Amino acid sequence: MFAYFIRRILASIPVMLVVALFVFLLLRLSPGDPAAIIAGDMASPTQLANIRAALGLDQPLHIQFFVWLGELVRGNFGTSLISQTPVLTMIGQRLEPTGSLAVVAMLFTVIIAIPLGVIAAWCHGRFLDKLVMSASVVGFSVPVFVIGYLLIQLFALELGWLPVQGFRSLSEGIAPFASRIVLPALTLSSIYIALIARMTRASMLEVLDEDYIRTARAKGLPERAVLFRHALRNAAVPILTVIGTGFALMISGVVVTESVFNIPGLGRLIVDAVLARDYPVIQALILLTAGLYVIINLLIDLSYAITDPRIRY
Amino acid sequence: MHASHSHLTLAPEGRGVSRLLSRLSQTRPRGVTLAAGVVLTLIISVALFAPWLANHDPLALSPADRLKPMGSEFWLGTDPYGRDLYSRIVYGARVSLTVGLGVAVTSVAIGLPLGLLAGYFRTLDAVLMRIMDGLMAIPGILLAIAIVSLTSASLWTVMIAIMVPEIPQVVRLVRSRVLATREEAFVEAAILMGTSTPRLLWRHLMPSTLAPLIVQGTYICASAILTEAILSFLGAGIGTETPSWGNIMSEGRVYFQLKPSLIFWAGLLLSACILSINLLGDSARDALDPKMKRRMS
Amino acid sequence: MMTDAPILEVEELVVETSGRKPSRILDAISFTINAGETLCLVGESGSGKSVTSLATMGLLPPGALVAQSGCIRLAGEDVLTATPAKLLSLRGRHMAMIFQEPMTALNPVLSVGRQLDEVLCQHTSQTGPQRRARVLEVFEQVHLPDVERIYASYPHQLSGGQRQRIMIAMALLLKPQLLIADEPTTALDVTTQHQILALIKQLQREHGTAVLFITHDMGVVVDIADRVCVMHHGQLVESGPVDQVLGSPQEAYTQRLLAAVPSLLPRPPREATSNKTVLEVQSLEKVFNANQGVLRWLRKPVTPTRAVDDVSFVLKRGRTLGVVGESGSGKSTLARCVMRLITPTGGNIRVSGKQITELPKSMLKPHRKRIQMIFQDPNRSLNPRMTVGQSLIEGPTNYGTSRREALARGRELLELVGLPVDAIDRYPHQFSGGQRQRIAIARALAMEPEVIVADEAVSALDVSVQAQVLTLLHEIQLRLGIAVLFITHDLRVAAQICDDVLVMQRGRLIEYGPAAQVLGQPEAEYTRQLMEAAPGRGWDFAAGAPVKPRFSPVEAH
Repeated sequence: MFAYFIRRILASIPVMLVVALFVFLLLRLSPGDPAAIIAGDMASPTQLANIRAALGLDQPLHIQFFVWLGELVRGNFGTSLISQTPVLTMIGQRLEPTGSLAVVAMLFTVIIAIPLGVIAAWCHGRFLDKLVMSASVVGFSVPVFVIGYLLIQLFALELGWLPVQGFRSLSEGIAPFASRIVLPALTLSSIYIALIARMTRASMLEVLDEDYIRTARAKGLPERAVLFRHALRNAAVPILTVIGTGFALMISGVVVTESVFNIPGLGRLIVDAVLARDYPVIQALILLTAGLYVIINLLIDLSYAITDPRIRY
Repeated sequence: MHASHSHLTLAPEGRGVSRLLSRLSQTRPRGVTLAAGVVLTLIISVALFAPWLANHDPLALSPADRLKPMGSEFWLGTDPYGRDLYSRIVYGARVSLTVGLGVAVTSVAIGLPLGLLAGYFRTLDAVLMRIMDGLMAIPGILLAIAIVSLTSASLWTVMIAIMVPEIPQVVRLVRSRVLATREEAFVEAAILMGTSTPRLLWRHLMPSTLAPLIVQGTYICASAILTEAILSFLGAGIGTETPSWGNIMSEGRVYFQLKPSLIFWAGLLLSACILSINLLGDSARDALDPKMKRRMS
Repeated sequence: MMTDAPILEVEELVVETSGRKPSRILDAISFTINAGETLCLVGESGSGKSVTSLATMGLLPPGALVAQSGCIRLAGEDVLTATPAKLLSLRGRHMAMIFQEPMTALNPVLSVGRQLDEVLCQHTSQTGPQRRARVLEVFEQVHLPDVERIYASYPHQLSGGQRQRIMIAMALLLKPQLLIADEPTTALDVTTQHQILALIKQLQREHGTAVLFITHDMGVVVDIADRVCVMHHGQLVESGPVDQVLGSPQEAYTQRLLAAVPSLLPRPPREATSNKTVLEVQSLEKVFNANQGVLRWLRKPVTPTRAVDDVSFVLKRGRTLGVVGESGSGKSTLARCVMRLITPTGGNIRVSGKQITELPKSMLKPHRKRIQMIFQDPNRSLNPRMTVGQSLIEGPTNYGTSRREALARGRELLELVGLPVDAIDRYPHQFSGGQRQRIAIARALAMEPEVIVADEAVSALDVSVQAQVLTLLHEIQLRLGIAVLFITHDLRVAAQICDDVLVMQRGRLIEYGPAAQVLGQPEAEYTRQLMEAAPGRGWDFAAGAPVKPRFSPVEAH
C-alpha cells in the first residue's frame, strides 16, 4: 500500500510538469509580445520593459521555464499585476466561500444522486427509472447559469424565501450562511447530480446482471439487502471514478455559479483576473486546481482498496 | 479492477439465458428521438435562414429603444442598448451551431489518429497519455478562458480553446477501444496472416472505435455549445459585436431583476438545443450499441 | 432410492419471452423428482435447460421471460403463484441452487463466511456464535481445509474448486429438500470436476436431497444421474432411467446426440504418410516476468512464472499432435509461442526446418504463411465488420495474390469446408457457431499452410457440431496432408483426433508418445489421474453399454 502510494505520487509528477509546461507555454507562445498582452494596448515602453524584466522575458525560453519552476517549487507564485499583492495571499482570502460552496454542493450530490441512481436501476425500464433518466438528461443539458437564474427567479424573486445573491461566512451564524448557500449549492450540484445518478444507475445495472446477485436472490435475501449490501459496494468503483473526474466539472461550475450569485470566491477571482489579464493569478489558479484534481484522484484511487478487497497495491 | 468496457465488437453469443436476454432489451420511445430531431432541425433552419427570419439589424444600436417590452415592432423586446432581442437570438444560433459542429468534428479528427497510435504503440502511449493526463487535469473552462484571454477573442480562438480540453477525452476513448479490440482473436488472426501494421490499424482496429466515437461526437457537440455560452456569459467569449446566446445573456445579467426575458429566451433556446443533441446522442448510442442500451436508456 | 411423494413436480410448464411477439422457450415440460434422486436435464445450448432451473427457483428475469402456463410444485407449494414473501422463504429453506461459474457466483467484496452467515440470518433466528458454528460445520462437510481461515477469506483468494465447495456449502446450509445444480462443474478442470461430482453424490446420500442437475456433458450424466431428461429446442424429447435412455435411446435426436460423444478409447493408429518434419520444437521455455519498467524497485517482487518449461516435440507432415492439460498447464502459451504471437524466452522453434525463434517481428512475415491458427471462439476470431470473402482473401493478398485469384480460391475453400458459395458476401453474424468455425478453417487454409495450430478449436461448440467439425478437420488433413497441432483440455476429443499426444502440467511435459499408448496405457501418474477423472469413462457411448473393465486398446486391433 505504501509503495503504491509513493509510486502514484511519483507518477503524478510528470502530469504536474505537463500542466506547468502548458501553463508556461500558453503565455510565452501566444501570438504577440507577452508583455504587451499583460500590459494592454495603452502601455508605455518603460512599463513594457519593467514587465519584461519582472517576468524574466529577456532570458532564453528554457532558462525562463526552469527559473519559473524553481520559484513555484519554493512556493512563490508571483504577485498580482493589478493589486501588487502576492497571489497566494489573494487565493487564501477567497478560499472560504468556494470551499463552503463546494462542500455543500458535494453533500447535496451524494445524498441525492446515489439513492436516485440505485432506485432507477432497480426500477429499470419502468416509470420511475424513465423519470430519473429524463431529469438527468435535462440536468446536464441546461447550462448552470440558466438553472441559477431560474432558482433565483423562483425562490428569491417570486417567493421571496431566500436572498438573491451574496455570501455570509459560517462564522456569522448558521442562518445567514445557510440561506445564502442553498441556491448556489443546488445550482452547482445540478449537473453533478445528473452525472452521478446516471453513473450510479449504469454501474448498478451492470452489477445487477452479475451471477452473485442471482446467488443472493437464490438465497432468499430481500431486495433491500441485495441492492445495498451486495450490489452497491460492487458498483462503487466506477461511481468513485466519476466523482473524481467530475471535479473538473465542479470547478467549471464554481466559476459560473459564483458569477451568478455574486460570491467572492476563487471563481470570481479567476474571471476578474482573466478580464484584467492578470497573468500570475491565472497561472497560479490553473496550477492550483490541476494540483487539487491530481490529489483528489489519487485519494479516490486509494479508496478503491477500501471498497474492493481484490484491489491490492 | 472492474472490467466495465462496453463490448461493441463482440456481440457475445453467450450461453443460453444471457443470449436470450441480450436480444430482449427494450427500445427507447421513438417519440423522444423524433421530437429532439424536430427541435434541432428547427434550430438549424433558424441559423441557416437567419437573414430572412430576422426583422432588425441585430447590431443596430438605438438608445431611444432601450429595454422595450415585447410588442409588434420588437417581438421579444430590446436589450439595454436598444437592439432587437429577437433578431439577436436568431443570429446567435449561428455561433452556437458552428462552434458545436466545428469542435466536434475537429476534436474527433485529431483525437482518432492519436488514440489509434497510442493504443497500438506502447512507447508512444506512455508519452502521449502523460500529456493527455496533464491536459485533463486542468478544468476545461479554466483552460478555455485562459486561452481566450491571451489571444484575440475570435470565433477561431474560442473553438480552439474549447477543443483543447475535449481532445484528451477522444484520445482516451479511442485508445481504450483499441486496447480492448487488439486482444480479440480476429486481430491476432490478421497478424498471423501477415497483415501490415497500418492496414491492421485501419481495417481491424479503427472500425470498432467508430460507433462510440459518433456517440462521443454528439456529446462533444452539446458540451461545446454549452462551453461557448459559458465563456460568453463570463465575458471571455466571442467579442460582443457578434451576437451569441451567451453574449445576449451576459449583457442581460445586470438587468435580470428588471427584465428576466433578457436571459430567459436565449437560455431556453440554448437548453433546448443542447438537450436535443444529447437526446440524439443517447439514441445513437442505443442504436449502435445494443448492450449499452440496457444500461443507459 | 426413496420413493415417497415427489419433492418437485413440474407440469406442462410453458415459458415464453414477454413482448408483443412472444417466442416459446419451454414447450409443455413435465417431470418429477423424488427425494434422494438425481434427475439430469441434458441438452445442447438453446435447449431451455437453464430456463427450466431458473423458473423452478422463481428467478425468471422479470420483463424478459414469463411462465405462461403449467405449474411447478415444490413441497406442495406452487412456485409460479407463490407470494414474494413465500418465495423468499422457499428459496434457501426448501430449495437451493449452485451455478455454473464459481468465479462469478460469489460476491467478490464480501468474505465468504459473511455470505453464508446472511443466509442463516435471513432464514433462522440463531445467534451469531450459533450461526458461525453452523457455517464452519458445513465447511467441514464439504471437505474444505482450514475452515477458520476460509471463513474470513474473500472469493478471489480461493481456487475454483474451493469456491464451488463454498457454493455447495451455502446451498446445504438449511438442508433443503431440493438442490438445483446448473452446470456446476463445466467451468472446472477435469480432476476438480471429479471431486465435486463425488461430493454432490456423497452429500445427497447423507441428506436424502433431491437433485436437479443440468448439464450438456453426457459423461457427467453417466456419473451422476439416476434418471435423465433429454431436452431439445424447449421440448422434452426423451426421459427415463439413465441406463435405459443411454443404452437404448428411442428418439432419433437422442441417438444422434449419443453418437456424437467421442469415445475415450484412442482411435486406431494411422499409418505415417510422410517422413518430412514440418514443425520441430526443442526445449521451449517461456517465462513471464511480472516486474519490468523504471519503477520496478518500488513494486512487490513477484516470482517469475514458468508458463512453458523445457517442452520438445516433433510434428510430421499429415499428422496430428494433441497437447492436453488442465487450465494453467501452459498449453495455450505453447501454441502462442509456436505462432510467435509471443516471443519465447528459450529453446528453438523450427517451421519446415527454418528457425523462427529469434526472428524479429518484421522478418517473420515470410514464415507466417507456413503456419496458421484456428482459435477457440469462432465469434471472436472473425472480424465482425468484414464479409467472409474479405476475411478469406486478406491473407493471400498480403502475400501478393491478386484479389480475383484469391476470391476464386476462397469460393473453392468454402465448398471444401461444406458452406454454400454465396456465403462469401455475407457477414460472420449471419452464421452459426459451427459454420463460423468452418469459415475460420477455410481462412487458415487459404494461406496454404503446412501446419495448423488449433487452440481449443471445438471447445466452444455443442457436441453434435463438434463432431462435424472434427470430421471436417480429419478429411482436410487426409486430402491436403496438413499437420495439426491440436490443443485441448478434452481427453475424449484428443483420443479421437490425435496420432500423438503430449500431456502438460504446470508448464512441464509429463508424457509424450503415440495416442494409443499415452491415453490407453498411461505411464505417468498425472496422466492416469486425468484419465480416471474423465467423466463417463465407465460408459461406452458407441456400444450403449458399460465399458468392459480394464479394456486395453492395443489388444483391440
